[in-house]
Amino acid sequence: MNDIRNVIIIGSGPAGYTAAIYAARAQLTPLLFEGAVTAGGALMNTTEVENFPGFPDGIMGPALMESLRAQADRFGTEFITDDVVSVDLSGPVKSVTDAEGTVHRAHAVILAMGSGYRELGVDGEKRLSGHGVSWCATCDGFFFRNQHIAVVGGGDSAIEEATFLTRFAETVTIVHRRDSMRASKIMQDRALSNDKIRFAWNSEVAQIVGDDKLSGLVLRDTLTGETRSIEVTGLFVAIGHDPRSELLGGQVDLDAEGYVITQGRTTLTSMSGVFACGDLVDHSYRQAITAAGSGCAAALDAERFLAVLESTGNAHP
Amino acid sequence: MGAATKIVTDATFADEVLLADKPVIVDFWAEWCGPCKMLSPILEEIAAAHADKVTVAKFNVDENPQTAAAERIMSLPTLNVYVAGKLVKQIVGAKPKAALLADLAEYL
Repeated sequence: MNDIRNVIIIGSGPAGYTAAIYAARAQLTPLLFEGAVTAGGALMNTTEVENFPGFPDGIMGPALMESLRAQADRFGTEFITDDVVSVDLSGPVKSVTDAEGTVHRAHAVILAMGSGYRELGVDGEKRLSGHGVSWCATCDGFFFRNQHIAVVGGGDSAIEEATFLTRFAETVTIVHRRDSMRASKIMQDRALSNDKIRFAWNSEVAQIVGDDKLSGLVLRDTLTGETRSIEVTGLFVAIGHDPRSELLGGQVDLDAEGYVITQGRTTLTSMSGVFACGDLVDHSYRQAITAAGSGCAAALDAERFLAVLESTGNAHP
Repeated sequence: MGAATKIVTDATFADEVLLADKPVIVDFWAEWCGPCKMLSPILEEIAAAHADKVTVAKFNVDENPQTAAAERIMSLPTLNVYVAGKLVKQIVGAKPKAALLADLAEYL
């Protein structure tokens, strides 16, 4: 039975990579699924990360992820750059099936799938995706030089994107459902003092206008219900994320919003030998550093779990 | 840059893509695009495995703005498939290899 691993980590943001660094240093030779095109997680789509401790001058999101990956690699993490399509987490041996149909088995699994972009759910959003509608300011901002564009959302990521996009765009209109931003004070101040940024408060996107490319939006006032049109050639959607927990198919307990429930201050899920960390469990903080911290905790929890297994003679490390 | 793919620029786009004998899959990318980096190795594999049927070309939009604008590229990564000088398919955003192979099946 030497094909049963100690631990499999699913997901590769700061949580997954940090879990791998700790598990690899504990000589558990973790196998990490990076995801075929989502490797690196949410930070791969960001620009500068200014608040990750240890980088006083900031660091680019993708560069930070490359560093974390290299650190996990250095201690013997095995990487598979593919998607996991199904998992069986019950019983003492867990199995994880990748997109090529290969089944991988382990005594412990660390879940770090993170979260995915939330969509507006407005007609035309999918059709004009890539033709004016975008989810990645760093990727697509370049194409909107001297144009009028809009960002939907009021959190840190929306404000960061809007500020970044002013490098290219003539104006950036922030469309937000409320009359104030949720973003941190420093981000708010930056946006409020930027000449190129306008605000459409108490507004939501009612319609996305354009045949083969975006030409404008119809906004609805959330207080009065009145609508008005604005002409924009770009729309960046930054209204938050939803946890990527569909893969689990109800095998571990989730809360009403789909986040994996963990026990107290630990990373233990409702299933023995299964641990969860990062944005997949985090309603409230959702930072690179908190994700990394919880990835560390998951690796330590898994290490303890495996030590107990081994001492009771059930593991084959 | 891998060996299996071909670099195309504003200067060579017409000759190497529009006038090509074989179908050409053009990967519009840029250095600052994270998802483009994820897609790159997958395209190298597809290029190597299907060299008899298609050419996979790499097109840097940052260095070659004219063609990117003319082809109305507004998002990265974008994959355009050209057959006999005509755009026949467009795939926007990075996808896993299995999904890409399914999308490109008729040209491979």
